Amino acid sequence: MELRKNYFADVRRDDLHEIGQPRPRSDSPGHVTGKTAFFADRNFPGMLHLKMVRSPHHHARIRSIDTSEAEKHPGVVKILTAKDVPHNVYTILILIQIGPEDETVLADGKVRWKGEAVVAVLAETERAAQEAAAKVKVDYEVLPAVFDMQEALKPGAPLVNEYHGQNYYLYDSGECRKVRFGDVEAGFTGADHVLEQSYQSSPIEHAPTETTGCVVAPEGNDRFTCYTNTQAMFFTLDNTSIILQMPGSKLHFVGGTVGGGFGGKVDVIVEPIAILGAKLTGRPVCFIYSREEEMQISSPRAAEKVVIKDGVMKDGRIVARKVTGYTDAGAYSRHSPYGAQKGAGHYPGPYTIPNVWIDTYCVYTNRTPSSAMRGFGVTIGDFALEVQMDKLARLIGMDPLEFRFINAYRDGDMKAHRQPTEGAALIECMQEASRAANWPVAEKYMAMSSYVKGA
Amino acid sequence: MAKVPVQFTLNGSEKAEFVDSGTTLLHALRDKIGDTSPKGGCHQGSCGACSVIIDGELRLSCLTLAETCDGAVISTTSGLSDSGVLHPLQRAFLDTFATQCGFCTPGMIMAAKVLLDHTPNPSRDEVVEALSGNICRCTGYEPIIQAVLTVARSNSQNAA
Repeated sequence: MELRKNYFADVRRDDLHEIGQPRPRSDSPGHVTGKTAFFADRNFPGMLHLKMVRSPHHHARIRSIDTSEAEKHPGVVKILTAKDVPHNVYTILILIQIGPEDETVLADGKVRWKGEAVVAVLAETERAAQEAAAKVKVDYEVLPAVFDMQEALKPGAPLVNEYHGQNYYLYDSGECRKVRFGDVEAGFTGADHVLEQSYQSSPIEHAPTETTGCVVAPEGNDRFTCYTNTQAMFFTLDNTSIILQMPGSKLHFVGGTVGGGFGGKVDVIVEPIAILGAKLTGRPVCFIYSREEEMQISSPRAAEKVVIKDGVMKDGRIVARKVTGYTDAGAYSRHSPYGAQKGAGHYPGPYTIPNVWIDTYCVYTNRTPSSAMRGFGVTIGDFALEVQMDKLARLIGMDPLEFRFINAYRDGDMKAHRQPTEGAALIECMQEASRAANWPVAEKYMAMSSYVKGA
Repeated sequence: MAKVPVQFTLNGSEKAEFVDSGTTLLHALRDKIGDTSPKGGCHQGSCGACSVIIDGELRLSCLTLAETCDGAVISTTSGLSDSGVLHPLQRAFLDTFATQCGFCTPGMIMAAKVLLDHTPNPSRDEVVEALSGNICRCTGYEPIIQAVLTVARSNSQNAA
């Protein structure tokens, strides 16, 4: 490994013992010997298996649920519906005061996406649970559904989620997150060229090799030990405490070993219902997503649409940028209001632009609820922004890398959301990239600095 | 349901179990015998995390019925290290940072072992081909290929 010492020579420390040194991973010996204990490697005598009855419709009213045939199926121990869940309507980010509670653990009166959990079946074997789940009869009245964000925002669109009252998340700033900096319209008026482009992405599944799940063991002291592959241990513990109306002291979560997460295991989905099953039966419970559930039911990265309008001068300066971002939350909030908000702060990109206007919407549709995935809220935005940067450079006949040097943010620059830039290193990264990719730029750009004034 | 008796050698030890007809070898190993080193990632033969060695051949234990393994000799990753000394493949996976989340690792090591047992000095293409049935979703394929090639090179030096 090589550490370049020519950058930031006066601010860097060279007495670091770990950085730049290869160190063995502490978990690798367990991985290569097969000794690492993933949650599904826990097995308890008498363990029950939980399977979900899921909605076959994108949007429907539930007229009735009949579990009588399923209850008679050999091996079935317990069947759970909405009425069994102490605090059935929840939302994950309520822990940081981002409400309202808008999602049901088990559907109550309505389903809002295809695959939504309706009834939980606990049985002696996985097979018995699966067979009994197929015998649960749910009578649905199918409702009109909406799958496109622009359609969902139109007046008269089917209302996806009554807990919100409209098909977008209502921020304290109104129907969207807003950033206002300078005078964007004046910027466009004074620009040599204006370019407006639209970018969009589909949902993306994380597809971890280990599917989402947990194993719960009731302890003798009225506590429950939950072995889980959640990526959000304390969010899960606290939300479970709310959903089950059970003090956190009754819950012992064991985790940290995750067979691939990538953000796909931060929702609180399997643990509360499995612990409830263990509580009501007094038996250990195992709830593991099948591969099909992992691909179809677990939250994907949100679909996004990004519309960017830029005003640019012939000399390469971007003088105005207007961005409208749409994040498809699917039927429920989960982490998407936060993702859309992150986008608002991020959309100017790592560039200093004097006039900026940003609106980002978190939109509800009858699609699978989306949530976290590797840089959610900014990753798709970065794709859009950097494609836009290439198009702008082409428009004014400038080298795309030199175009980025001209607009790169530097220490002391004020960002559009009013955070002063500190610790910028974009210029230095681009200088290294220029050398590594053998993409030469003019000497004046190679002499620039992120933090030396005038350079 | 009628039980079926099954007897096989697992990592050098004799094992005998009664299983339900239709039980997969993966289920029998993990939930009955207690060897959890083979992992269930898809239960449909597409991810390779459940790979084990049966009579010298690489097999997907999620698609193998336990009752067909009567009299077989079965190896899994948990049986690879000899009294605490890591197998060269395990050592190489450690040294080349070829594990990330670790879920695919036991299956990867089984696939690599069968390759090297049959072809002690494989080409890079042969390594890639041998690992092609095993999915690593942390996308750490390059260090995994390097780990296998490291052992292959040391094989050829020992042979020289």
